Amino acid sequence: MSLTIGIPREIYPGEKRVAAVPDVVEKWRKLGFAVAIESGAGALANFADDTYIAAGATVADNAAALFAQADLILKVRAPTSAEVAAMRPGTTIISFIWPAQNPQLMQEMASRQLTVLAMDSVPRISRAQKMDALSSMANIAGYRAVIEAAHHFGRFFTGQITAAGKVPPAKVFVIGAGVAGLAALGAAVGLGAIVRANDTRPEVADQVKSMGAEFVPVDYQEEGSGVGGYAKVMSEGFQLAQRATFAKQAADVDIIITTALIPGKPAPKLITAEMVKSMRPGSVIVDLAAEQGGNCEFTVPGEVVVREGVTIIGYTDLPSRLAKQASTLYATNLLRLIEELCKTKDGRIDVNFDDEAIRGATVIKQGEITWPPPPPRLSVAPPAAKAAAASAPTPAAKKSSHGHGGGGEPMSGKALAGVFGVSAVLFWLVGAYAPPSFVAHFTVFVLACFIGYMVIWNVAPSLHTPLMSVTNAISSIIAVGALVQVAPPLTDAGGDRPNELILGLAITALTLTAINMFGGFAVTRRMLAMFRK
Amino acid sequence: MSENLATVAYIGATILFIMSLGGLSNAETSRRGNFYGMLGMTIAVVATVLGPRVTAAGLPWIIGSLAVGGAIGVYAARKVQMTQMPELVALMHSLVGLAACLVGFASYVDTSIVYTGAEKAIHEVEIYIGILIGAVTFSGSIIAFGKLSGKIGGKPLLLPARHWLNLIALLAVIWFGAEFLAAHDVDAGMLPLAIMTIIALLFGIHMVMAIGGADMPVVVSMLNSYSGWAAAATGFMLANDLLIVTGALVGSSGAILSYIMCRAMNRNFISVIAGGFGTGGGSTPTATTGEQPAGEVVAVSAVETAELLRSAKNVIIVPGYGMAVAQAQHTVYEITKLLRERGVNVRFGIHPVAGRMPGHMNVLLAEAKVPYDIVLEMDEINDDFPDTDVSMVIGANDIVNPAAEDDPNSPIAGMPVLQVWKSKTSIVMKRSMASGYAGVDNPLFFRENNRMLFGDAKKMLDEVLVALKT
Repeated sequence: MSLTIGIPREIYPGEKRVAAVPDVVEKWRKLGFAVAIESGAGALANFADDTYIAAGATVADNAAALFAQADLILKVRAPTSAEVAAMRPGTTIISFIWPAQNPQLMQEMASRQLTVLAMDSVPRISRAQKMDALSSMANIAGYRAVIEAAHHFGRFFTGQITAAGKVPPAKVFVIGAGVAGLAALGAAVGLGAIVRANDTRPEVADQVKSMGAEFVPVDYQEEGSGVGGYAKVMSEGFQLAQRATFAKQAADVDIIITTALIPGKPAPKLITAEMVKSMRPGSVIVDLAAEQGGNCEFTVPGEVVVREGVTIIGYTDLPSRLAKQASTLYATNLLRLIEELCKTKDGRIDVNFDDEAIRGATVIKQGEITWPPPPPRLSVAPPAAKAAAASAPTPAAKKSSHGHGGGGEPMSGKALAGVFGVSAVLFWLVGAYAPPSFVAHFTVFVLACFIGYMVIWNVAPSLHTPLMSVTNAISSIIAVGALVQVAPPLTDAGGDRPNELILGLAITALTLTAINMFGGFAVTRRMLAMFRK
Repeated sequence: MSENLATVAYIGATILFIMSLGGLSNAETSRRGNFYGMLGMTIAVVATVLGPRVTAAGLPWIIGSLAVGGAIGVYAARKVQMTQMPELVALMHSLVGLAACLVGFASYVDTSIVYTGAEKAIHEVEIYIGILIGAVTFSGSIIAFGKLSGKIGGKPLLLPARHWLNLIALLAVIWFGAEFLAAHDVDAGMLPLAIMTIIALLFGIHMVMAIGGADMPVVVSMLNSYSGWAAAATGFMLANDLLIVTGALVGSSGAILSYIMCRAMNRNFISVIAGGFGTGGGSTPTATTGEQPAGEVVAVSAVETAELLRSAKNVIIVPGYGMAVAQAQHTVYEITKLLRERGVNVRFGIHPVAGRMPGHMNVLLAEAKVPYDIVLEMDEINDDFPDTDVSMVIGANDIVNPAAEDDPNSPIAGMPVLQVWKSKTSIVMKRSMASGYAGVDNPLFFRENNRMLFGDAKKMLDEVLVALKT
């Protein structure tokens, strides 16, 4: 029997988003699910009930009726205690949960024997990017932050020279170049502002530049990348230097957008009261970290306040303020997750713990709390492929693009010790027993091996075939060996030398190598002549 | 020319060889690199001929054999088709191997150079090893040539207890080596030397016979390496530093290439050389190790393919051995040219082990005049598939198999592959639904966004080209 997906109306105050849009409903139907939606669920995001019905959903009059028939409930905000109590035991729910912040809720859901997948716990691995709702919401928040700032800012963003005088462009400073930060950069650049950004992770500098903004580094050496592409807490020395940088920027810019979050920690207070004071009256600060306490000392979560003549926006519902867009993206993230859960396309789901993405997202499985998940096997590469919007080649990709870099990973210490050990024994044997003439040749041999090793790593892979044919041609140097045997100056020592036999062998060898020598170089030449731009 | 002058000339030649390999680091300097190689070789040969070790009596012979060999070589180089490059390279390796053998024998029977004590023992070991490597290179390359040119079937020949056979061969070689060293005169030493040569020849045949078609890039570069080591061993034998250095350069270059190829297949060198595919105990691989992919295969016609290409903005072409077999590279270029003229961004994604020789695809595309700046490596292009509208896979299979990433039980699990399934649509051109070399089903064919274009690559591409032109 196939399952019924239930979409309740969001009851959190001010929440306008909905977990399903008609396009996606249609796709769930194709996967074999039945879809029921609570009447009016999409109203605030401009999706009327009719559009859902047209996509193949049924409409339930109220939440109770919906919970009674739904096997798989999709939500945006974490369910309330009342909602959890209304769900049938055994129901699966997918939504934002924030398990670390909501231990009470977790217990309640576990005791109802629910299976819960948290959209905020989807691991940050490349394969799971399509279901990463945090990123898609952050993208919207970043965009909306700029729009809110523009709304409260009393001037143009773009510089203009008009008949009524010259308008200077607004200067925007974005702190934290994660998904939200980059989206804000893009939106602000698009409006024509001068945009700068700072981040503790130096590898994002290229992404910032690719968005058309300027990267403002903090003059202090410390690597700020934590596990999974997130930032980490920085040292005190760094924080001092950072504060100095921000203070300088605050006095100069008109708009500050802060997006600095550290997973599982309150947001760092980056914008102090003095900095706000140093800003020009009419300036705007948008604090995207308001929900976690805010990056600015004056931030009041959920509200807009004016302090020292500076407007400080602490909205915590920015994605919800772009409800239609946010719902569409969120529903698509849900669709991708459900596709992973329902590989068989028969309207049933399989919470497969061998799948890393699903394992990470599942916080409760049939009443048993499975959060936190084991650490991800693969972290996102440092240049966070997520910011694909910044289509700049990432540093790592660039590094490996030529030749084969330095030869991949450095050898492990153990293997290296083994190699050293074996070579030491080998060299000792040679040194102890071999005659001096051999040692001389041996020296030459070993050094030549190393030169070969160094030179070859630089060869471009596209030239591997010419490389082989040229080395092949060069290996006909063996001709020299044949040459010296053809007619050496004979002394009387080797009286019984079988001259004819040696001559025959040498001449044959010489002919063979000549084929190789001339043929090899000629064919390499022919090949290389074909490589062109 | 004095001994010293010859030595200095050798140093010059050595430097030129190193610069020659260095020149190949990119396409702009590669032609000069080849020129350096030629110059170095000329200097080396001329210095040797004019040097103290060659007397005037030998000159006619030397000039004669160089002329004959050179003529044959140049003729072969002119005539060879680019698709036949792997065979030619393998054949040439065999020549070096054979030459190393002959020089080794000649050196052994040469009584004009007398060593005593440890020097004698070392000299004989050098001869023994030189002939051993030469013989393995010779017979192995001949078999590789046969396999690459289709004269011998591509399937790995797996004798029962083949690892034991190899071990016995190795022990026999060591035992006869001891006999050889113990021999008092040339005639007594000849027998163990000859027996060892035969064993080495058989070993070379056996080794390459056990390796399947798709592992050929590793084998070809390995034989390349061997021919270098053979030259180095000859250098030791004749106390000639030039030979040692050059041999070592070639040897290490081949070894590194083999290593790169192995890494591209996520396999270790031993398992490739041991033969078979991913089979520890020598059992033949089964096609049903992983889960059977579910879903439908959607076939398209050449006209529909042309339609897809026409409406695309970004196209990535992934060529494989099938393109080489069908000689389709020129048609591929015609299509590329046409699409590029219409503003479609066409690029090529090359897997390191596509084809039968390292860099095989690059050479074929270069022959068809595809500009090399749109031919990209796997690492460069893999991130771009999600932004690609159409990826066209021409005669490739395992190198685009998503099972390598998704299915940890797959025999090719962990092998880096080109992620064509991430593009909006992928088109696979293939003769039939047969599984690839690794004997693994390819779930790509069953993906929703995948289309199959069945038929001979050349014929189908010709049809696509015609459809595009209309």
